Amino acid sequence: MGLRVDDLRVYYRTLRGDVRAVDGVTFGIGDGEIMGLAGESGCGKSSLGNSLVYLTGRMRYVDGSVELDDRALPIWDFEAMNDYRFKKVSVIPQYAMSALNPTRKIGKMTAELLRSRGVQYRTVAEELSRRLELVGLDDEVLSMYPIELSGGMKQRVVMVVSTLLNPSLLIADEITSALDVSTQKAVAGMLVEFRRRGFVKSMIVITHDISILAQVADTILVMYAGHLAEKAPAATIIDAPRHPYTKLLISSLPEVGIRYAEKRLHGIPGIPPALLEPPEGCRFRDRCPFATDRCRRRPPFAEVADGHHVACWQAA
Amino acid sequence: MSTLLRLGGCCKVYRVGAFGGRRLTAVDDVTFDVDAGEVVSLIGESGSGKSTIGRMILRLSPVTRGAVQFRGDDVARYGRRELHEYYRHVQGVFQDPFSSYNPVYKADRVFKLIRDAYFPQLPDGEWRDQVAAALSAVTLDPTQVLHKYPHQLSGGQLQRLLIARALLLDIELLVADEIISMLDASTRIDVLNLLGDLKARGLGILFITHDLSLGNYISDRTVILRRGLVVEMGPTGKVFGNPQHPYTQMLLASVPHLHRRWEEVEGDYERVSAAVPPDRPGSVLVEREPAHFVREAA
Repeated sequence: MGLRVDDLRVYYRTLRGDVRAVDGVTFGIGDGEIMGLAGESGCGKSSLGNSLVYLTGRMRYVDGSVELDDRALPIWDFEAMNDYRFKKVSVIPQYAMSALNPTRKIGKMTAELLRSRGVQYRTVAEELSRRLELVGLDDEVLSMYPIELSGGMKQRVVMVVSTLLNPSLLIADEITSALDVSTQKAVAGMLVEFRRRGFVKSMIVITHDISILAQVADTILVMYAGHLAEKAPAATIIDAPRHPYTKLLISSLPEVGIRYAEKRLHGIPGIPPALLEPPEGCRFRDRCPFATDRCRRRPPFAEVADGHHVACWQAA
Repeated sequence: MSTLLRLGGCCKVYRVGAFGGRRLTAVDDVTFDVDAGEVVSLIGESGSGKSTIGRMILRLSPVTRGAVQFRGDDVARYGRRELHEYYRHVQGVFQDPFSSYNPVYKADRVFKLIRDAYFPQLPDGEWRDQVAAALSAVTLDPTQVLHKYPHQLSGGQLQRLLIARALLLDIELLVADEIISMLDASTRIDVLNLLGDLKARGLGILFITHDLSLGNYISDRTVILRRGLVVEMGPTGKVFGNPQHPYTQMLLASVPHLHRRWEEVEGDYERVSAAVPPDRPGSVLVEREPAHFVREAA
């Protein structure tokens, strides 16, 4: 079993109290699985991704456990996580373009990063240039400064460097969002290729764009306001979702071929609840057209079919 | 239908590099019209010059060559008073709703600025009625959005407030530059539908986007830009249904679909992306079908 997350709670400390960005999240990812993590801005998807690698100063681990390859990840312990970061779990951050140190050449920066993990640059140099070639970059980039590369090139450099030590789990956070459609396609294709070649075992691809996930992901996990809404194989989420939020979300997506004049799509009325003192029970309740009194209690994230989990009283 | 806006051979050349020694042509000889009651989408990748065109129309940036004409008048010749009148009819809404507002003031201050500039004599009661009418046109509840600070409102609400602000004027043309790119999927479609409602009221809308599916959903006509050049333009159904230029075909093949995976169209993609011609000087737009223009080598 690749990753096992059990009842994870990570809050943000603020002066007015805790913001419950990840509030009781339980799921698993199999070996070699690419799981898409989708949701609106502020639903906690990046917080969930980050908490598996790097808890920033304002984030507070509250409860829950994370196991990777049957070993517990000490995500609450910043120092102890150093043994896992980059080697076992790695991340391609949201702003990969600014993830590179502007005062170092790419090669030197990579060498420093490797040394901090006790790995000699020489031993991986050959593999590094092979992988750069795979993503269509020349060895020359190693002697260049980040400013000399275009946005798409920087993105690819970060992808190669992040996966250089063959981590077991890779978290790719909104890596295609700032790119043009043609570059987007190339980068998304590389993720799949990286898994095929065994550079990474399993992946969490975080994005707000479900149509990208339809292309690359095996399973999709939908989050809403700090809770999990639904997890299922990608095709099931798109063609036969069971959670009302997923249903409404999928039906609001314009696809090439749908025209306003012929078929009007509709959004979801209302806005997500604030995560500072969120309401009890199902957090989609206020916007949900099917809500009943039962929704005042939090629905369990129950398995309704093989590999299909839904947190909704109606679907259970 | 009457032509509201006409771009005639518009060019924008920036001077870049040390001492402005190098010239960069951001927009190269772009010609198209926007009629009343029509949505025209301007689609291009980053650096294609689509936002520059929007800025030239709003006179935020001067035109190097060619002209932007509004109802037959050259916009560049407007003096101060005429420009003031021009903005009564032509308004823009931009990508980032959070940076369009001053966070120190309440969000509805944008309405007050309009009143000070255009309706200083109007009595309070009438003004309130007009604001209420504009808010209801963008399906906002006044009690929820008035007297709030920008951080208390969602991106979709802020973006609709900006459109309501434009509706307070006698608006005829709206330049919508990536207005829904930063909104969430569950709310973006409502803002898009709003543009459709405005179109029905007779507004001309220039919808600038990089997202082909959004352009396809809402617009009547489509202009595809590549590095400042129009490569294809025509009725949306024809440009998307029967794309002629290899670049358009390549863009369409790289759009992620929900129900069809890239692998299934992989052959198409390889074929069309190999066929995208390099920029050649002297290429011209040719009318292949009525109103459907495609760039061809001379």
